[in-house]
Amino acid sequence: MTVGPNGPKLMLEGVHKAFGPKRVLNGLDLHVDDHEVVCLIGPSGCGKSTILRCIDLLDTIDAGTIRLDGEPIAVGGRPTGGVVANEVRRRIAIVFQSFNLFPHMNVLQNVTLGPRRAHGVGKDQAEEQARELLDRFGLADKALEFPNRMSGGQNQRAAIVRALMTKPELLLLDEVTSALDPELVGEVLGVIRELSDQGLTMVLATHEMGFARDVASRVAFLNEGRVLEVAPPAQLFGDPTEERTKQFLRRVSEAGRL
Amino acid sequence: MIPEQPPATTPRRFGFGDQEGARSALIASVSTLVFVLVAGLLIVNSPSWPKVRQQFFSREDFVASWPDVLGGFWVNVQLFFWAMVTIPVVALVVAIMRSLRGPGFFPFRALAVIYTDLFRGVPLFLLIVLLGFGVPTLQIAGLPRSATFWALVALTLSYSAYTAEIYRSGIDAVPESQRASARALGLTQTQALRYAILPQAVRNVVPALMNTVVSLQKDVALVSVVGIREAVREAEIYTSRTFNYTSYVVATVLFLAVSVPLTRLVDWYTARDRTLRSQALT
Repeated sequence: MTVGPNGPKLMLEGVHKAFGPKRVLNGLDLHVDDHEVVCLIGPSGCGKSTILRCIDLLDTIDAGTIRLDGEPIAVGGRPTGGVVANEVRRRIAIVFQSFNLFPHMNVLQNVTLGPRRAHGVGKDQAEEQARELLDRFGLADKALEFPNRMSGGQNQRAAIVRALMTKPELLLLDEVTSALDPELVGEVLGVIRELSDQGLTMVLATHEMGFARDVASRVAFLNEGRVLEVAPPAQLFGDPTEERTKQFLRRVSEAGRL
Repeated sequence: MIPEQPPATTPRRFGFGDQEGARSALIASVSTLVFVLVAGLLIVNSPSWPKVRQQFFSREDFVASWPDVLGGFWVNVQLFFWAMVTIPVVALVVAIMRSLRGPGFFPFRALAVIYTDLFRGVPLFLLIVLLGFGVPTLQIAGLPRSATFWALVALTLSYSAYTAEIYRSGIDAVPESQRASARALGLTQTQALRYAILPQAVRNVVPALMNTVVSLQKDVALVSVVGIREAVREAEIYTSRTFNYTSYVVATVLFLAVSVPLTRLVDWYTARDRTLRSQALT
């Protein structure tokens, strides 16, 4: 865990977010250091996905501040300007639960779109880099395949390659294995583990407790739009301090997911 | 991961199965024949049929009016062609204006809404009359005086309003997650629209667009009202000279000759599109 000169890589302070009358984030505080992997766990509707969308400026926040390298990128009540937002999104990448590849493009077109159009990388260079990454993630023979002709696991790995193509400083992963058949979960988790070994800074929302325990630097338990408890995995899973956390982990383990 | 394709079957184009195909075809042929015979006999035996035949289906008048009406039809084809160039462009601009997000784009959205409300609300016939007769009368220097030009403008304005709505429904049908996904890559709003949303949106609405094309092909005849010598106008001229209506039948035949194949093409494309999409889902 290295803390840069500007403080943590990512810093959320008192973040509030409501969708109409439904309050999703309720004064959430969290920080992520460089090269850290922070896993967000918690019951459905606790705000895991919303945090990630807010960090990537896909949703605006109502109150609080989000800082990247100390620079405020989102301030409550003030929508981030378009130019700044595009700039921030070029430094952060996100992978969605349902892959969201573009169905009218093949894998190669999908993964080179960002570098070519948002980063001005040439076609040849982008494709060379894409083939390298696809090869590394076992998709070398799928470069010209369309998303609807591939399995969920292959789709999700392609989506991860698409996110990595722009060499993000921070990778957000939103329940990336939730839409997959159980036998395909492993291949995607393997990819994420490899990325964490390389020191990529990541924030993961996940239901895979075993994986969180294995890969996370710290695990944050979210409840009712707040971080109730954050600790290294051994401590959070072994000896949680909050009653609500214990209750949640008990339920998860009863369901055989721990 | 890709499931086996279902076994190929003979397309059930007219709703017949494989097994009972021959029998069904026979019944259909016989019943059609009987229907046509009965209907035909009823018409031919009606008391005033000889007069109708003379007025509408005279061989001599068909031959005599054919060259002029055909020449006029060429004007319809040209108008149709140019409208097919202008409408998709104008409609796309309006649809994009209407789907822009953010408070800064409010004037564009408002303009697009006013445009579609206005030009969908005015009957095309009136629009052609107002522009075709009205604008040349204004005698504004620099503006074209040709009624044909203004008729084309009227067609474009009216059809673009409908077509823009078709495009917009296609844009709305693209899941929000696709936009989020494109923006997350760092693409600007315009780039997201250009590379991620529009290609999918247009694919969604091709069948609907093609139906509009069929309808446009016929509505081009409305421009006769401002005196443009296209097929219907030529037919009218012939009738006023000879008091025989066969020239209108000539025009009808010409329009059918284009619109029936066009309709078949649309149906074929729509069916193919549906098959491809359902295959992609499995």
